[in-house]
Amino acid sequence: MGFEKFGVVSFTAQTRASDFIDYLEKGEIRGTKCNLCGRVFFPPRADCSWCMSKDVEWIEIKGQGTLISFTKVNYAPTGFEGDVPYILALVDFDGIKVFGRLSKDLPEDSVKVGMALKVTPLALPEDKLTYEFLPA
Amino acid sequence: MPKDVAIIGVGQSYFVRGYQGSIRELAFDAYSEAMKDAGIGPEDVGASMICTAPEYDKQRSPSGLIAEYLGLNPQPTFAIETVCSASTSGLKVAYSMIKSGLHDIVVVLGFQKMSEITSADSQERMGRGADIMWESPFGTMMPAYYALHARAHFNTYGSSEKDLALIRVKAAKYGQLNERAVFRKGVEFDQVINADAIASPLKKFDCCANADGSSCMILASADKAKEICKKPVWVMGVGSASAPMTMTGRDSLAGLNAAKEAAKTAYEMAGVSPQDIDVAEVHDCFTIAELMAYENLGFAEPGKGNELIQNGETYLGGKIPVNVDGGLLSKGHPIGATGGSQVRTIVLQLRDEAGDIQVPGAEIGLVHNIGGVGIYGNVVILGR
Ligand SMILES: [Zn+2]
Repeated sequence: MGFEKFGVVSFTAQTRASDFIDYLEKGEIRGTKCNLCGRVFFPPRADCSWCMSKDVEWIEIKGQGTLISFTKVNYAPTGFEGDVPYILALVDFDGIKVFGRLSKDLPEDSVKVGMALKVTPLALPEDKLTYEFLPA
Repeated sequence: MPKDVAIIGVGQSYFVRGYQGSIRELAFDAYSEAMKDAGIGPEDVGASMICTAPEYDKQRSPSGLIAEYLGLNPQPTFAIETVCSASTSGLKVAYSMIKSGLHDIVVVLGFQKMSEITSADSQERMGRGADIMWESPFGTMMPAYYALHARAHFNTYGSSEKDLALIRVKAAKYGQLNERAVFRKGVEFDQVINADAIASPLKKFDCCANADGSSCMILASADKAKEICKKPVWVMGVGSASAPMTMTGRDSLAGLNAAKEAAKTAYEMAGVSPQDIDVAEVHDCFTIAELMAYENLGFAEPGKGNELIQNGETYLGGKIPVNVDGGLLSKGHPIGATGGSQVRTIVLQLRDEAGDIQVPGAEIGLVHNIGGVGIYGNVVILGR
């Protein structure tokens, strides 16, 4: 339990990666790292399929990332109707890619592929949590 | 070229909004046409593959019901699901069953009655066609994912919304000739460019329409095909591949790796190269998908796909005619039926039965059918 707190609408309550939520509550965005091969995972994985191992540790995603691509969404699936429009984005933090939304404060015409972004936690109504990208 | 397995019959329903019948009847529309085309009866069939995206079906386990309705008991039947590429996945399984000697004739039936569920239910399902843990909670849907690929393609290669609009204009031109297409109106360049954005940079006319429809392919062993079929169309190459479902797992968004991998396998198996293809059907669920297909299939170098459409090379009479049946953009996209409809178009081309859209003397054709946003890729090469 615990993962149902993630995002505007959550579809999964149980995962062995739910510590992600505890770190998010503390203000940190964390991925995982395999303690055998050193591979870093974001989104965090509880398991390494290269090593057949469950021995992973949590590492923080911080610093400055680069915007790979984005789209401003004007039509949304059920449960997100009140949110539109919003901008979905894929951001590269030195080879670790993070998918999410840009801050609502950023107008679309100020957004450019290649721009520098940081990722930060965001509290949502009803005790839910997510993260968003802001200009770095 | 390999001549082990042939397509001996094809059929397709009209693709429509709101089919006025049940899924069993929708399936029968394509099946009866294909069976008559092949000149066989249910007793000749060894097995059936039922291809569908089951989240649209109210009927649980529809293969059982449909096999019964089509008169295909007691032969084995089962469902095949790779979302939008289900029916070419079915073709691959049927090919394998025949090549291995398990069966002589296999029916591959694809269908989708997208109107079976309400549009609210459909909207709800749309959000779950991605990683439901890490992407769906942000409010994702298919147009947004292809939009991310479009922006990445523009930025990597200098392509633009104008190139995408040219692709839609072509689709609309040929859609008007296809009486089984759901969208049969002409579309002007300015209309495409000025339409409302769905997920920027993709706008209304960059997206294909939902539709209800069915398709059917009948595959046979070489011996059977030669015995009963005047114009067998040979399955020369079948390639299929997968790619990460998540955007974070992909090396690049400027192409679809599953399509590239599938194409490589299919070309190798068929012993042909992209230059040998006379006519192609590619999975243009969105205009950007067709542009990426030009490059992923090797019709153009990476980043040069837009030159093909700018120069009219993918029109009839061009270097490589693509989607001259109107494509998904005009025909509509009844998920489980789409691949079979693409194969039917190529089979008719290779039999010289394509009418107004016939590519003169077409000998080798290609089908590119993609499941989800490039999660599954199937490429089929057919020859006469
Ligand atoms: Zn490892």
